[in-house]
Parts: sequence; C-alpha cells; structure tokens
Amino acid sequence: MSTSLLVVLLIGVVAWLGASLGLASLFGVFLPYVAVIIFIAGVVWRMVYWSKSPVPFAIPTTGGQQASLEWIKQASLDNPSTKWGVVKRMFLEVFFFRSLFRNTYAEVREDGPRIVYFSSKWLWCFALLFHYCFLLVFIRHFRFFIDPVPACITFIEAVDGVLQIGAPRLYLTGVLLLTALLFLLGRRLFNERLRYLSLMNDYFPLLLIIALVLSGMSLRYFIKTDIASVKAFTMGLVTFQPVGAEVTKNIGSLFFVHLTYLSVLLMYFPFSKLMHAPGVFFSPTRNLPNNTRAVHHENPWNDRNAPFTTYAEYEDTFRDVMVEAGLPVEKQPDAGDKE
Amino acid sequence: MYNKTYVLAGIIIFVALFTTPFWTGIMSGSYQRPAVQLPANEKECVEPVEYMRAEHMQLLNDWRDQALRNEARVYVSSTGKKWEISLQNTCLKCHNNTTEFCDKCHISNSVYPYCWTCHIEPKGKK
Ligand code: HEC
Ligand code: HEC
Ligand code: HEC
Repeated sequence: MSTSLLVVLLIGVVAWLGASLGLASLFGVFLPYVAVIIFIAGVVWRMVYWSKSPVPFAIPTTGGQQASLEWIKQASLDNPSTKWGVVKRMFLEVFFFRSLFRNTYAEVREDGPRIVYFSSKWLWCFALLFHYCFLLVFIRHFRFFIDPVPACITFIEAVDGVLQIGAPRLYLTGVLLLTALLFLLGRRLFNERLRYLSLMNDYFPLLLIIALVLSGMSLRYFIKTDIASVKAFTMGLVTFQPVGAEVTKNIGSLFFVHLTYLSVLLMYFPFSKLMHAPGVFFSPTRNLPNNTRAVHHENPWNDRNAPFTTYAEYEDTFRDVMVEAGLPVEKQPDAGDKE
Repeated sequence: MYNKTYVLAGIIIFVALFTTPFWTGIMSGSYQRPAVQLPANEKECVEPVEYMRAEHMQLLNDWRDQALRNEARVYVSSTGKKWEISLQNTCLKCHNNTTEFCDKCHISNSVYPYCWTCHIEPKGKK
C-alpha cells in the first residue's frame, strides 16, 4: 500500500515538475503517443498470446440444473446447453456482473463457534458503479477528441449534470466514481483477510485510478485551467499536429499530471490484472455450453492419426505382469503357463 | 490460435474503437482554438484574461450567490476596480454578442449553460 502510494505520488510530482520546467511536450506529446501505442499493441499481443492456449476439456461451471429430460426444468442461464444460452449468460455476466452478485462472506461466530456464510452485495454494487461511471466519464472525455462534438456526448453531459449544482455543473459520475474507488480501496484496507491477500498489484492500479480521478476533478472544480486551450492541445494530438508552447503555456501543470497518470495507466493496463475484459473470450468456465453429454468435446491438440492400442491388445502385452501384480484381467492366462 | 473468429473480431473491434479519435481527427483536419469576438472598445475584462478563461464560470457562480444570498451587488476585482454584480448588465454589456463570444467557445467545447432559459442573451447589435 505505502509503496504504491509512493510510486503514484512520485509519478505526479515528476509530471508536475516536468511540466513546470517546460518539458510539456515530453509529458504531453511524447509520453501519450508512446502510451497509446503500448496500450493497443499490448492488448492485441496479450489476446493473441492467450488465444494460443487450447481448451482441452469442456469445463463450464454450472449453477443449476443441467438440460435433461423434458419434465425436469433446466436452469438455462446458470447451465446453458446451447450457444444462444451462452450468449445470454455472457451478456448478464459482462453487463451486470452476475456471478459477482453471488458473492458471499464467511464469518466465524463466537456462539459455537460456528461459521456463517451470508450474501454480500457491496462488492457487486460498487464494482458495477465503478465500471459504469468510469465508462461514462471516459465517453464524456471525447468532447476533447472529436470536433464537432457529437450530440450523443452532449446528451450524456446534460444527463450527468442534471442536478445543475454550481458552475461548472457538478457531474454525478465523477462523484460516484470516486466514491466507488474509495470503497474498493477501503475494502482492502479495513477487511483484515483482504488486507493480508492484497499486494502491490492490487493497490497500485486502484491508487493510480484514484489519482487520475482526483487530478481530473481538481481540473474541473478547483484548480481550473483554460479548457479551450486544452481542447486545442488534445485535438493537436489526435490530428498528429501537436501544438507548441504558444498553446501549452496557457495550460496549467496539473493538466499534464492528469495526462501523465492516464499515460501510465494505459502503459500499465495490458500487463496488469486490469486486463480482465478480454477474459470474455478466454473463460471456458463461462463461455462453453454445458452440452458434454450430447456433444463430444475434442481436445484440440489430439493427433487424429496417432497410433492407438485397444485394451485387448494392451492386456495381451502385459497379461503376465498384471496377473503377477494381482490385477484383474479379462482373459485368464493359459493354465499350462501358470504352473 | 484457437477460437479464431471470435478473438479476431474482438481484436478488430477493440482497435477500431480505440483509434476513433485519430480517424475522426485526420478526417476533420486541423483544429484551432475558437476565435471569439472581443468587445470592440474595451481593453480589460473584470479580471485578468487568463483568470477569466479558466474561472469565469466559478466567478459567475460566486456572483450569483453574492447577489442573491448576500444581497451584495458590488464586486471588487483583484485590481481594485468595482463592478456591478450582474450577468446581463455587466458581462453582457461588454460581451454584447453572445453568439460570437460565449456560444462560439462553448459549442466548440460542448458546454451548454442553462442560464439562458431565464437570463436574456443579446444576439449582437442589429
Ligand atoms: C474561451 C472560451 C470561453 C468563452 C469565451 C466563454 N466560456 Fe464559458 N465556459 C468555457 C468552458 C471551456 C466551460 C466549461 C468548463 C469545464 O467544463 O470545466 C465554460 C463553462 C461556462 C459555464 C458553466 C456551464 C455549466 O453549467 O457547466 C457558464 C455559466 C459559462 N461558461 C458562462 C459564460 C458566459 C456567460 C460567457 C460569455 C460572456 C462565456 N462563458 C464565455 C469557455 C468559455
Ligand atoms: C468592461 C467590459 C467587460 C466586462 C464587464 C466583462 N468583460 Fe470579459 N472581456 C472583456 C475584454 C476586453 C476581454 C479581452 C481581454 C484580453 O484579451 O486581454 C474579455 C475577455 C473575456 C474572456 C476570455 C476570452 C478569451 O480571450 O478567451 C472571458 C471568458 C470573459 N471575458 C468572460 C466575461 C464574463 C463571464 C464577464 C462577466 C462576469 C465579463 N467577461 C465581463 C471585457 C469585459
Ligand atoms: C430559473 C431561472 C434562472 C436560471 C436558469 C439562471 N438564473 Fe441567474 N437569476 C435568476 C433570477 C430570478 C435572478 C435574480 C435577479 C435579481 O434579483 O437581480 C438571477 C440572478 C443572477 C445573478 C445576479 C444578478 C444579476 O442581475 O445578474 C447572476 C450573476 C446570475 N443570475 C447568474 C446565472 C448563471 C451564471 C446562470 C447559469 C449557470 C443562471 N444565472 C441561471 C434566474 C435564473
């Protein structure tokens, strides 16, 4: 925890100093381009790498009655037997984190002592909140990258600021995102079992995203900067015509801290646990239909032309040794041989 | 590669989605900071221009609270000058063409203040 905090703070300080010392083009142009390239190439590489692992067995996890006789009701979402069933299951998984909804919490009660399991929906609730708010915040940022700004982005902004608190209007997703992140961090800090399990690669991404969100919110509400210049700057990046010092001098250093946090997140992403989204393609426990009694699942690395031995041949070869070891054999050895 | 069709489709969608800003950027060509029409016969804003660019919404918010909650309708700027606290009678007296000033910059940055549902904006002298 403290190491991660230190690293995150250090990134911020370095970016702040760099931008203040006139290295805005290093932190604002070079680093983001490198980060985007590493991010996209890294994700593609990781997906190709993972897709080289075969699935030797059909191992869908099941949470209900398998497809069986007509009069036995199948749990079609928890134990899908068709492709369409898998699609429905995956949809609920991806958009509503259905399996996390089943999260339980175990506790040893003093009376007994006995162990009690109860359903715990907080993680599900805040994980869902975090992901959706992050998505909306991400989409909202496209007002800086696209010109003219598409109406759908303006619409999201209008809905997000619907409470019309203050000026600039308070965006609800920003506040909810920070709340969810603080819960996810607090969970690791205050639950002693989770704390015992948590490593730097759990704390670092959390703190990095918290720093990203805090710097972004400060830019909007507290330590403001000239947004019109920021847009000129980001549009320079996406049109491959980076702007020079005449624009960057109007932009506060905090913006470059924000951008550096984003760049670090992008570079870290493909090689971290944050890369769980492509798991959609690589989770045989989730994305295979449970039709193992109806359809033969072939191990993809089997050689179809490999020579094979039948059991009868096997026994012919090893009969004497098997009998000697007391193993049952189908055909008894000749009586003559035995004596 | 196993499960080729799905994985390849996933990779293509991912790359296409995450490079959209660059495609749309290349297509739309270069972008300039919107050139707003400044008041013709005035030299200075309420506060220094760097401050106004970044903080004008905050200033308006403070003005609104000052005027309506504290009944304080005079604002003393950092340079010591006194201003009447009023959106329409101060800001828009100088910036008398919102279409070419406020709106121009706002639309480019996808900002749509809701103030004009009540306050009246001058659309430039006819
Ligand atoms: C140089 C560009 C520029 C000019 C000119 C400008 N604004 Fe803004 N204004 C902005 C930006 C950018 C924001 C949004 C800031 C953000 O999203 O953090 C904004 C936000 C606002 C907001 C808050 C909107 C909300 O509800 O979130 C108000 C109110 C506002 N401006 C009023 C005005 C008025 C009135 C004028 C004209 C007298 C004006 N602005 C001129 C750039 C400008
Ligand atoms: C006395 C006339 C006057 C008044 C009153 C006035 N402004 Fe200005 N404003 C100016 C001038 C002149 C400039 C250009 C200053 C410069 O470029 O140095 C300016 C610049 C600005 C800018 C920056 C535009 C840019 O260059 O990007 C904003 C934003 C702005 N004013 C908003 C407001 C708001 C909001 C109010 C009301 C609180 C207001 N102004 C009141 C005269 C005025
Ligand atoms: C629901 C209608 C409504 C909306 C929307 C609205 N106002 Fe007002 N505003 C008023 C009324 C009514 C007053 C009181 C006028 C008075 O007492 O002088 C006022 C007064 C003010 C004042 C101080 C006095 C003056 O003459 O200007 C400011 C500054 C102000 N509003 C800014 C804003 C800004 C900025 C926005 C947009 C973010 C906004 N208002 C949106 C109704 C509204």
